Amino acid sequence: MSLTTRRSRMAAATLAAITAIGGLAACGNDDDTPAEGEKPAKLVVDTFGEMGYDELVKQYEQETGIKVELRKTAQLGEYRPKLVRYLATGKGAADVTALEEGILNEFKANPRNWADLTPLVPSEISDDYLPWKWELGKAPDGRLIGLPTDVGSLAVCYRKDLFEAAGLPTERDAVSALWPDWNGFHQAGQKYKQATGKAFIDSITAVSNGVLFQQGSDLFYDKENNIIADSSPAVKAAWDTATSMVDISAKASTWSPEWSGGFKQGTFAATFCPSWMLGIVADNSGEANKGKWDVAAVPGGGGNWGGSWLAVPEQSKYPEEAAKLAQFLTNATSQVEAFKAKGPLPTNLEALKNEAFLNYTNEYFSNAPTGKIFGESVAQIEPIHLGPKHQAVKENAFEPAMRAFENGQASKDAAWEQFTKDAQTQGVF
Amino acid sequence: MSVSATTAPPSPAAPPPDAPARRRRGYLFNRLDLKYSPYLYIAPFFLIFGAFGLYPMLRTAWMSLHDWDMVGEHTFIGLDNYSALVSDEYFWNALVNTFGIFALSTIPQLLMALFLANLLNQTLLRAKTFFRMAIFVPNVVSVAAVAIVFGMLFQRDFGLFNWLLGLVGVDQIDWRAQEWSSWTAIATMVNWRWTGYNTLILLAGMQAIPKDLYEAAAIDGASPWRQFWQITLPMLKPTFIFVVILSTIGGMQLFTEPLLFANGSIIGGNQREFQTLAMYMYEKGIYNLSTAGYGAAVAWAIFMIIVFVSLINFVLVRRAAK
Repeated sequence: MSLTTRRSRMAAATLAAITAIGGLAACGNDDDTPAEGEKPAKLVVDTFGEMGYDELVKQYEQETGIKVELRKTAQLGEYRPKLVRYLATGKGAADVTALEEGILNEFKANPRNWADLTPLVPSEISDDYLPWKWELGKAPDGRLIGLPTDVGSLAVCYRKDLFEAAGLPTERDAVSALWPDWNGFHQAGQKYKQATGKAFIDSITAVSNGVLFQQGSDLFYDKENNIIADSSPAVKAAWDTATSMVDISAKASTWSPEWSGGFKQGTFAATFCPSWMLGIVADNSGEANKGKWDVAAVPGGGGNWGGSWLAVPEQSKYPEEAAKLAQFLTNATSQVEAFKAKGPLPTNLEALKNEAFLNYTNEYFSNAPTGKIFGESVAQIEPIHLGPKHQAVKENAFEPAMRAFENGQASKDAAWEQFTKDAQTQGVF
Repeated sequence: MSVSATTAPPSPAAPPPDAPARRRRGYLFNRLDLKYSPYLYIAPFFLIFGAFGLYPMLRTAWMSLHDWDMVGEHTFIGLDNYSALVSDEYFWNALVNTFGIFALSTIPQLLMALFLANLLNQTLLRAKTFFRMAIFVPNVVSVAAVAIVFGMLFQRDFGLFNWLLGLVGVDQIDWRAQEWSSWTAIATMVNWRWTGYNTLILLAGMQAIPKDLYEAAAIDGASPWRQFWQITLPMLKPTFIFVVILSTIGGMQLFTEPLLFANGSIIGGNQREFQTLAMYMYEKGIYNLSTAGYGAAVAWAIFMIIVFVSLINFVLVRRAAK
């Protein structure tokens, strides 16, 4: 075979390859920017967990004639990588995207990925929401990135039957009166343990979540986003309170099989319940335990674990219409409807005063007036500053170190060392 | 390409007036078909390999030379990621964990597979096909299902293994809290899933060994044990190299089992007792948005380690079999 023949063959193969790749590239190129003011045929909404939007979305479709596709992802852990992919590749993101407080901050670190909602929503709606919650929706450069959806106001879920067996009060006001502060909570736990020999709470990390979000100041980062893990008073308080309760803990870390199995087995008698946790407690405990759980106030009052915002990605083709939809989903009536459907606690001040919201009782939890309980604690939530890598520091440095101590793998000092060291590597951004 | 070849050959009968042109066209098409079609036929593999194999590798290499934020800025920093990697305590920890689990899974697994393959190769065995099929079944089960079920068996409070140990008076073991126990648990999952697969490959290798070798040995009075050592093992060498290298690649990339064993925590245990290299790559490259470049460097380190370990395996197995 002559050299020329071989070369021309190679050329042909290359040509074939280029044609095929060109074909592929052409498929991905759908850059049909809409004309100014054109109405979209369809808007897409991305949510995780249960935000209670199913009916609201149908209502919006009827009112505006714009089709809305609701894409739900069960867990935040699966939701975040998808979102990362959309942003990294510049396509695929929904027009309205829910952002949880733990991940909001790392996405705020690159505000250019998000549309500035300031010109897209009426300026007066900023007064409709809890002020601190509204402020957290803003990026460092002043862009308004997210509209507030819900907060995860804290309460304590407890087993009435187990409390009774241990000689503790069972009525929810009397139970709340047991623990005006964390010390009281610890004492109640020790009493329970003495009477039954069983653990009182699920894990010390659950306690630390409660204390941490109650402090109302800087947590792992200061206002300039420097990592202050080893000197932050809030973190130290959470650490000290939580580690002191190791004697009443079942050592079943949240979301582990030991934890979800523990609900049915009665391995622990109390756990911390942000409003969105109620459904999870009910699922894990099963029908058989219906009416055995009740809801009491959290020691120390207030506190917030979780909660979200609705944002519009910069890549959305219809930022104006998307902003209108986000505004609809977060207005007072919608937030009450969402709460009644799935439990996310309103952040809209008017919704928090709504009769239907305040009179709501939860059948599974012995008809506890959850609307009133959670609604009242919302007022006590102190604004907190979560840094850009808050979630990573909490999940991969703070809680593992605490668990290492809880399981007896490390002394309290060694565990604190481990935490402060890992906080530095996890916290850089 | 030679031009002379395009001339039409002489035709026996007188053709219709436009026939030569048509025939010439057909001939040209045939020639093009013959020359270039093969490239079209093999093109799909190369295109797919290029798009999903080669390109990601090169792109990862490029990323590893940057301070790369997944959803933000990229800055070129040369080999800084690699020099940081060398002094990264958690990288070495992940490397040790990976090799620990690899040793605990590969060595018993291959010995077991060798034993089983030899059993299945016995002429006296009944229902051969049934056993051969049965031994492969674990491999068909989804890896996530295996990891979830074994994760439950190895649970601290309500797990089956702790219950069994309790029956003989052994205290509850928190399987996830120590290195030896977590490695054992993960290696058990790997062994359960892959022993049958390796058995079948080794069995195929054994069946390719000519029967007359055994007959001759038997006539000379060699015991079955001796036949195994002096005929089966040496003749199995190429198959064994293949199986060892496959296990190495699988072992170095171990991800799903330890991740699910850790209940989805990417650091694998409270003190990273069983975080593997692949998990560390995920932690740096994907979980932490801003360190994607460093994650890419970890990915390349894994690649280099696999190449290196495969070479060592190759040399060792070859020398041992000589």
